[in-house]
Amino acid sequence: MSTGTGPEAPGLRWRLLGALTAVGRSTVRVLGRVTAVWQRSIQLRVVTATLALSLAVVVLLGASLLRQVADGLLDSQREAAVADATAGINTAQLQLDAADDAEPAAVGQLLTQLVQDLVNRAGPGGLYDVVLVGSDDGDPSAARSTRVSRGVDPASVPTALREAVVAEPRVFSTYTEIVYPDDDVRPGLAVGGQIAAPVGGLYEIYYLFPLTEQQQTLDLVRRALATAGLLLVLLLGAIAGLVTRQVVTPVRLAARIAERFAAGRLEERMTVRGRDDFARLATSFNQMAGSLQRQITQLEDLSRVQQRFASDVSHELRTPLTTVRMAADVLHEARADFDPAVRRSAELLQDQLDRFEALLTDLLEISRFDAGAAALETETADLRDIVLGVVESALPVAQRTGAGLLTDLPETPCTADVDTRRVERVLRNLVVNAVEHGEGRDVRVSVRADEDAVAVCVRDHGVGLKPGESSLVFHRFWRADPARARTTGGTGLGLSIALEDTRLHGGWLQAWGEPGQGSQFRLTLPRRAGAEVTRSPLPLAPVRPAEDRGLTGVGGPYRRLAASAEPPTRTDGAPAPARPGVGRG
Amino acid sequence: MCGMKGRVLIVDDDTALAEMLGIVLRNEGFDPTVVTRGDEVLAAFHEVKPDLVLLDLMLPGKDGIDVCKEIRLESGVPIVMLTAKSDTVDVVVGLESGADDYVVKPFKPKELVARVRARLRRSDDPKPESLSIGDLDIDIAGHAVRRDGETIPLTPLEFDLLACLARRPWQVFTREELLEKVWGYRHAADTRLVNVHVQRLRSKVERDPEHPEIVVTVRGVGYKAGPA
Repeated sequence: MSTGTGPEAPGLRWRLLGALTAVGRSTVRVLGRVTAVWQRSIQLRVVTATLALSLAVVVLLGASLLRQVADGLLDSQREAAVADATAGINTAQLQLDAADDAEPAAVGQLLTQLVQDLVNRAGPGGLYDVVLVGSDDGDPSAARSTRVSRGVDPASVPTALREAVVAEPRVFSTYTEIVYPDDDVRPGLAVGGQIAAPVGGLYEIYYLFPLTEQQQTLDLVRRALATAGLLLVLLLGAIAGLVTRQVVTPVRLAARIAERFAAGRLEERMTVRGRDDFARLATSFNQMAGSLQRQITQLEDLSRVQQRFASDVSHELRTPLTTVRMAADVLHEARADFDPAVRRSAELLQDQLDRFEALLTDLLEISRFDAGAAALETETADLRDIVLGVVESALPVAQRTGAGLLTDLPETPCTADVDTRRVERVLRNLVVNAVEHGEGRDVRVSVRADEDAVAVCVRDHGVGLKPGESSLVFHRFWRADPARARTTGGTGLGLSIALEDTRLHGGWLQAWGEPGQGSQFRLTLPRRAGAEVTRSPLPLAPVRPAEDRGLTGVGGPYRRLAASAEPPTRTDGAPAPARPGVGRG
Repeated sequence: MCGMKGRVLIVDDDTALAEMLGIVLRNEGFDPTVVTRGDEVLAAFHEVKPDLVLLDLMLPGKDGIDVCKEIRLESGVPIVMLTAKSDTVDVVVGLESGADDYVVKPFKPKELVARVRARLRRSDDPKPESLSIGDLDIDIAGHAVRRDGETIPLTPLEFDLLACLARRPWQVFTREELLEKVWGYRHAADTRLVNVHVQRLRSKVERDPEHPEIVVTVRGVGYKAGPA
C-alpha cells in the first residue's frame, strides 16, 4: 500500500479507474457495433478489401516508378558530370605540366587561376563549382592551400571521396550536400581526381554539381504519383461499391420478399427480369412460393372442413343421445318395478350412457383442438379460488375412496390471465385422477406464484408411474394399467385435453412419478396472456419432507396431522370466504 | 302438485326427443304440449298459454331465435333454450333475444326438470314492498318498475334480478350468489347467464348502458345496486 498523500489520493485513483473502465467499455461497445455492421454488409467488405488491395498495389507501383525515374534522371546527369570533370582535370593537369615555375608562390597563383579558369569554362551560368585541396602530408582534413570558387564550403566534399581520390589517380564521384555561402545547402554531385603540381606535390580537384533541378523534378513526379494513386484507389473503391451494389440489391430484394412471404403474405412473388442467375433465382422462388401457397390453402380448407364435420356430427349425435338418455332415465327411475335382469339392464344402460356422453364431449373437444378451432377466453382470476372450487366439487369422489383433499395455498394472490373454464377442467382432471389412482391416500394440491408464472401441483401417494410413463400419460387413450381402465371410468382423453388446454395458454403440464411413491402433476401458466413460461415456481419432483417417508396407508401420522387443514364440507354453493393454508404441525 | 303452474310448451323438431321430453315431464306432474315447427309456435302459444316454454334453437319454418323474440314481445313467460351448441356466441345470442336460461344437449333429464321447477317457482306470492334504485321505483307486488311514472317492461327474471340488487343496495353480489338467489341454481351453473342478463337489464333500465348507474359492476367481484 502506498503511503497516503492525503485522503484525496484514493478517491483520485478510483476516479481514474472509473474513467478508464468507462473508456474501455465504450470502446468495446463501439467495436461491437462496428463488427456487427461489418458482418452484415457484403458491400462494405468488398469495398474495403478493394481499397486495401488497390492501395497496396498503387503504393508498390508508385515506389518502383519513382525509383526508375530517379535513376534515369540522375544517371545521365552523373555521366555528363564525370565527363566534364575528367576533361577539366586533364586540362588542369596539362596546364600545370606546361608551367615550369618552381616557386611556391607562383604555383599558388597558378592554382587559383586554374580554379577560376575551370569554373569559367562552364559559362556564365555557373554549372558547377571547383574545390582545390592540397594533400601533401596525406591528411585530407588539412585545409592548407584550399581554393574554392564562389565561397563554397570545402566541407561539402565528403571524407570518403577524398580518401578514395587520394588513394588512386582515378576520377571518383559521389552524391553529397553542397554548402553555399549563407548556409544554403543543396543536394549535389561531387566528382574529383588527382593533379600533380610541379611543386607542392599532389593536389585534389573536386567538381561540385548542384542537383536542385533534378530534385525538384523528382519531387514533382512524387507528388503527381501520389495524387494519381490516391485518386485511383478511391475510384476503384467506388467502382467496387457500384459493382457489388448491382449484385447485392437483387439479393436484398429477394430477402425482403421472402420475409414477407414467411410472415404470411402468401401472394408475394419476385419479378423475373431477363434470363440471368437472378432470374433463375426469382423463378425458383416463385415456384416454391406457389407450391407452398397451394398446400397451405389446401390444409386450411381441410381444417375448416374437418371442423365443420366435427361440429355437424356432434350436433347430429346430440339430439338422439338426449332422447336415449331420457328414455334410459325413465327406465332407471322405474327399475324397482322390473324383474332383476331387466333392472340390472336399466342400471347398466344408465352407466354406459354416462360414459358414452363423456366420450362424445371429449372427442368433440379434441377435434376442436386438432382443427385449431379452440379459442381462449381469458379473464384475470386467482388460481387459489379456482383450486378451491375444484377441490370442493371433487369432495364427493374423494369421500368415496376415503382420501383427504389438502390444499396448500399462499397468502399472496396468485392471479393470472386464464380461461377459467379450461383451467378448471384441467385441475378437475388432475384432482380426480389423483383421487382415483391415490389408493385412498391423501391428495395434496399446492399453488405458488412468482413474478411471471403461477403453478399448481397435485400430489398423490398411489401407484405412481413407471419410468418413461410420465410423458406417455398424456397420450390419447393411454392407460397405465389396462385392467383398471374399465372400472374407474374416464374416457382416456382427459389428460390429452388437459395438455391441449395448457398449450393454448402457453403453459406447461408435466408429470412426475415413481412406482410405489405416487405421482405429482404440475401445471404452470404464464401470468400475463400471450407470455411464455420459462421457469416454474414449484419443482416437478416433490421435495420429500421427513413426514412423507414411511407412509403406509390410510390413517398414517401425516394424514392425522394435516386433517385440520381440510376445507370444510359445504352443502350450499357459496364460495369459500377464507383461504386455508397448510397446518403443518 | 302443480295445478296452475304446470303447462309447458315443448318446441323441438326432433319428434322422438319431443315425445320423450313429454313423457318425462308428464311423469313429473307437468302438462306438456309439443310443437315441431317454428312457424307453428306462436299459434300454439296463444292457444295453450303455457307457464314455461322449452325452445330448441334449430327449427324448420322459423329460427328459434326469432321465435324467442316474438314470444318476448308478448309475454314475460320463462323461456329455456335447448341447444346442441355450447359456444359462447350462440348462448349469448339466445340469452340476449329473450331466453332466461339454456340447457345443452345432451342433458340429464333430472337437471332439466330441476331447472324447469326453479323457473316456475320464481313467480310465487310476492310480499307487498316498494324499493328504489337511482331514479327507479320498484313495485314488488305489482311486478312493475317505473321511472317518472312511466313503466319499464321487464321479464320476470330481469325484475327479480333488479329487485334482488335493490333489496340490499350496500351489498355486492357475486355471480354465483345471483345465480342462487335469482335463478335458484345452487351448483356450478354458467355465470354467463348472469352477465348476459345484466346486459339485458341495463339496456332496458339505464339511461346510458355504457355508463351504468343502476346496476354497477364491481371489478373482480360482481354487481351491486347504484346509489339511490
